[in-house]
Amino acid sequence: MARAVTNNRKIINTAAAWAIGLLIFFPILWTILTSFKTEAQAINDPPLFLFFDWTLENYAVVQERSNYGRFLWNSIIIAGGSTLLGVAIAIPAAWSMAFVPSKRTKDILLWMLSTKMLPAVGVLYPIYLLFIKFGLLDSVIGLTIVLMLINLPIIVWMLYTYFREIPGEILEASRMDGASLRSEIIHVLTPMAIPGIASTLLLNFILAWNEAFWTLNLTAAQAAPLTAFIASYSSPEGLFYAKLSAASTMAILPILILGWFSQKQLVRGLTFGAVK
Amino acid sequence: MATQHSRSAARLMMAPAVILLLGWMLVPLTMTLWFSFRRYLPLRGGDQGWVGFDNYVRFVSSSSFWPAVQTTLIIVGGVLVITVVFGILLALLLDQPMWGQGVVRILVIAPFFVMPTVSALVWKNIFMDPVNGLFAHLWKFFGATPVEWLSQASVQSIIMIVSWQWLPFATLILLTAVQSLDGEQLEASEMDGAKPLQRFGYIILPHLARAITIVVLIQTIFLLSIFAEIFVTTGGAFGTKTLSYLIFQRVLESQNIGLGSAGGIYAVILANIVAIFLMRIVGKNLDA
Amino acid sequence: MYLRHALRAATALSLIATGSAFADGHATTLTIATVNNGDMIRMQGLTDDFTEKTGHQVEWVTLEENVLRQRVTTDITTKGGAFDIMTIGMYETPIWGANGWLVPLDDLSAEYNVDDILPAMRAGLSHEGTLYAAPFYGESSMIMYRTDLMEQAGLEMPDAPTWQFIREAAAAMTDRDNEINGICLRGKAGWGEGGAFITVTANSFGARWFDEDWNAQFDQPEWKEALEFYVGMMTESGPPGYATNGFNENLSLFQQGKCGMWIDATVAASFVTNPNDSTVADKVGFALAPNSEGIEKKSNWLWAWALAIPAGTQKADAAKEFIEWATSTGYIELVAENEGWANVPPGARISLYEDPNYKDIPFAQKTLDSILAADPTNPTVKPVPYVGIQFVAIPEFAGIATEVSQEFSAAYAGQQSIDEALEKAQALTNDAMEAAGYR
Repeated sequence: MARAVTNNRKIINTAAAWAIGLLIFFPILWTILTSFKTEAQAINDPPLFLFFDWTLENYAVVQERSNYGRFLWNSIIIAGGSTLLGVAIAIPAAWSMAFVPSKRTKDILLWMLSTKMLPAVGVLYPIYLLFIKFGLLDSVIGLTIVLMLINLPIIVWMLYTYFREIPGEILEASRMDGASLRSEIIHVLTPMAIPGIASTLLLNFILAWNEAFWTLNLTAAQAAPLTAFIASYSSPEGLFYAKLSAASTMAILPILILGWFSQKQLVRGLTFGAVK
Repeated sequence: MATQHSRSAARLMMAPAVILLLGWMLVPLTMTLWFSFRRYLPLRGGDQGWVGFDNYVRFVSSSSFWPAVQTTLIIVGGVLVITVVFGILLALLLDQPMWGQGVVRILVIAPFFVMPTVSALVWKNIFMDPVNGLFAHLWKFFGATPVEWLSQASVQSIIMIVSWQWLPFATLILLTAVQSLDGEQLEASEMDGAKPLQRFGYIILPHLARAITIVVLIQTIFLLSIFAEIFVTTGGAFGTKTLSYLIFQRVLESQNIGLGSAGGIYAVILANIVAIFLMRIVGKNLDA
Repeated sequence: MYLRHALRAATALSLIATGSAFADGHATTLTIATVNNGDMIRMQGLTDDFTEKTGHQVEWVTLEENVLRQRVTTDITTKGGAFDIMTIGMYETPIWGANGWLVPLDDLSAEYNVDDILPAMRAGLSHEGTLYAAPFYGESSMIMYRTDLMEQAGLEMPDAPTWQFIREAAAAMTDRDNEINGICLRGKAGWGEGGAFITVTANSFGARWFDEDWNAQFDQPEWKEALEFYVGMMTESGPPGYATNGFNENLSLFQQGKCGMWIDATVAASFVTNPNDSTVADKVGFALAPNSEGIEKKSNWLWAWALAIPAGTQKADAAKEFIEWATSTGYIELVAENEGWANVPPGARISLYEDPNYKDIPFAQKTLDSILAADPTNPTVKPVPYVGIQFVAIPEFAGIATEVSQEFSAAYAGQQSIDEALEKAQALTNDAMEAAGYR
């Protein structure tokens, strides 16, 4: 009897969760489907769900019009570079905050977060002028640095919450054994924190990938990532839903796939110390 | 446990991150502060000298200022309420035993991977267009007049789009918190005859307090500066001008760097008020 | 046989070698910022022809109009140098030229024949007689209407109708059950979108932006009359959500057969008559933009998308070669050859309208007539201190007009009354003009 009840509940849970999950996912699914329609089918009334003439025409048009490969490559380099650089800088900082806390540790942490509150539009001119001065305009390096700085507070915080969960006794023990600070970090701490570091990398890769203000305003042709690619499809002339969908799919698919494959890592990474 | 030696080592290790962020904050901030006291019109011969607090007075006395502050708070507040409430419900649901949990979780977190520009474009055109949008078709199918989303329910539409993007984030953090909930305690309370609502109010919600705080903190930081969603959908019309959008209009559309910079300083002040407010709460919860 | 192959391979190799040497010595790579309109995208597709002729490579930065403006304005005002050629309009060119930010185009080659550019376009892209940007295409605005629906309604479109006739015809053509809207017009906020449209409409009701002392004129009856007329007509016969419709939204609606009339840019004529994209391609007629009864000014604007070279670029010579290529009669012929005469960039050159091949195009003559009827130096009934028809050629205008059009759009959507919108527009315009030191 009890089993039957649980099974019934399981069925209801499953149905509800799937319904909500599909509802949330629907806009993405619809975009992907639309990308395989012709422009006329894309606005057909009633809307066509699966029974239409599937075509790759839109992808061909988009590919012909813009060099997708280069945009994609820039996105990968910029998002990847800024994340790796950020994590490299953040690990020592997070380590010292977690294991040698002082009275001001929390203040510093919150101050770091508050630097993210400066509105990007407000400082566009100062940053643009600085970029010109240092010759960083439309360069991958410049953009990597900016995105690294933007995400650094989040990286530090995420790593800090991980490191804090590592029991201090293990470190003490390794210290007793005469391990130096460096080897303590490299050989003891880092292996234990690898899941945390991995999820930090993932989350910040996503954030950097999706950043759309600086990547658009500080680039021209050489360093432009996928956000700039999208900006050339937003309102072309005439019917454009299918082409827009194709371009959108091309822009989000790489990160969507990455996110799905590394879903478990990411989920673990998103705790921000929420569980304690 | 910490010795003098490890303390100075710790400081040294923190230095790169702190110095970089200090530079990233101070250099543009100082330049913005400097510009905000200048009459700086790039299209009219550039920097034309000192004007005292003129820009500050003008920025606040503009009829768009208070509505913009209000819109900012409504959008941030609206998105926070929606994502936290639905996030909790979704987290509780996803925590239940079911078939295909992994797949559902993938479906739910997917919107988080979509860049804001793309999601704004897709929502605006493919869903919310009053003639060709999917919603319009749906409304017409049920014999209703299609809603003109972006003009008649503009702020609500933007809140909806942004909530869709951030719901996965809230859900995931809350889900990890729900999963760490002590099952025995819940069972015990169930034995004692506590109703589901009581269990939720007395056991689950307090347990989630810390996770909720973190969701609120992180999201507020990102939401205060949303831009692409407004730029793409309404262009600041129909009462959707937030403070950062107003600054954009002053700096880029009106080409008045001085005025825009003064606005930037106001935005920093507003952000810090919100931050102090938040940190009071978070500070408490982070210690717990 | 074998030898031949080897010889051929060797020749190919040496060709590659000389080719790269050539590239090192003379050829440069130009970075060009442009808007994602159809004509520009077509130009991108034909870039190879330019590279073949000159050896220069081209990198395209194609952006949506609003993003493009934001991007090029930031770059030019800070002298960033990210672009070698920028696509700009008739509003920016004289202002930037006056600031010395653009390379004067006063030494174009004789075969380019600068005198062939339509005088109205040339004047609008010059400052004090010096050309600063070469028109890629030019446009005015005119009425595009469905001949079949007009006939059904039992009406006949005059060559130069009045607003009153248009409103009547729109009401007669409207058939809500079949989703046919009598008229589609821009209502979207933004100075270049709905702002431009309502400004020319107001002109044709006798209104103006400023009096001769730069006082805003939104408190005058002509503005109220124009807005009330527009809102009244759109409520009767316009599509749902017209307050968010811009050029592209209306183009889509018209192409789907959901509009009886559409008053917009003359370049749209080639899109609505293109059978590949338009379901109503063979049922479109054209007429001059309307005016209100008793007012002599018509509601047609003048605009050009033009190519300009930012001052300070190292590649000015190559950039000039590109501009000469892209805005030449040769380019027009190249497009005609590849895509047909209906798709050539219109409105820039006199010779195009004398070309017998182009004369058969149904919208050619009306486009030319509309362009010739527009007079930026004398845009309104009452005297004004400014130049420009759908814009006021002062640097502050873009910012002011965007805010004004946001107020208007809110009125179109019913969020505030027309009086409230006009009151706010009046206040914010005077405020901004005061800040800029005009009053």
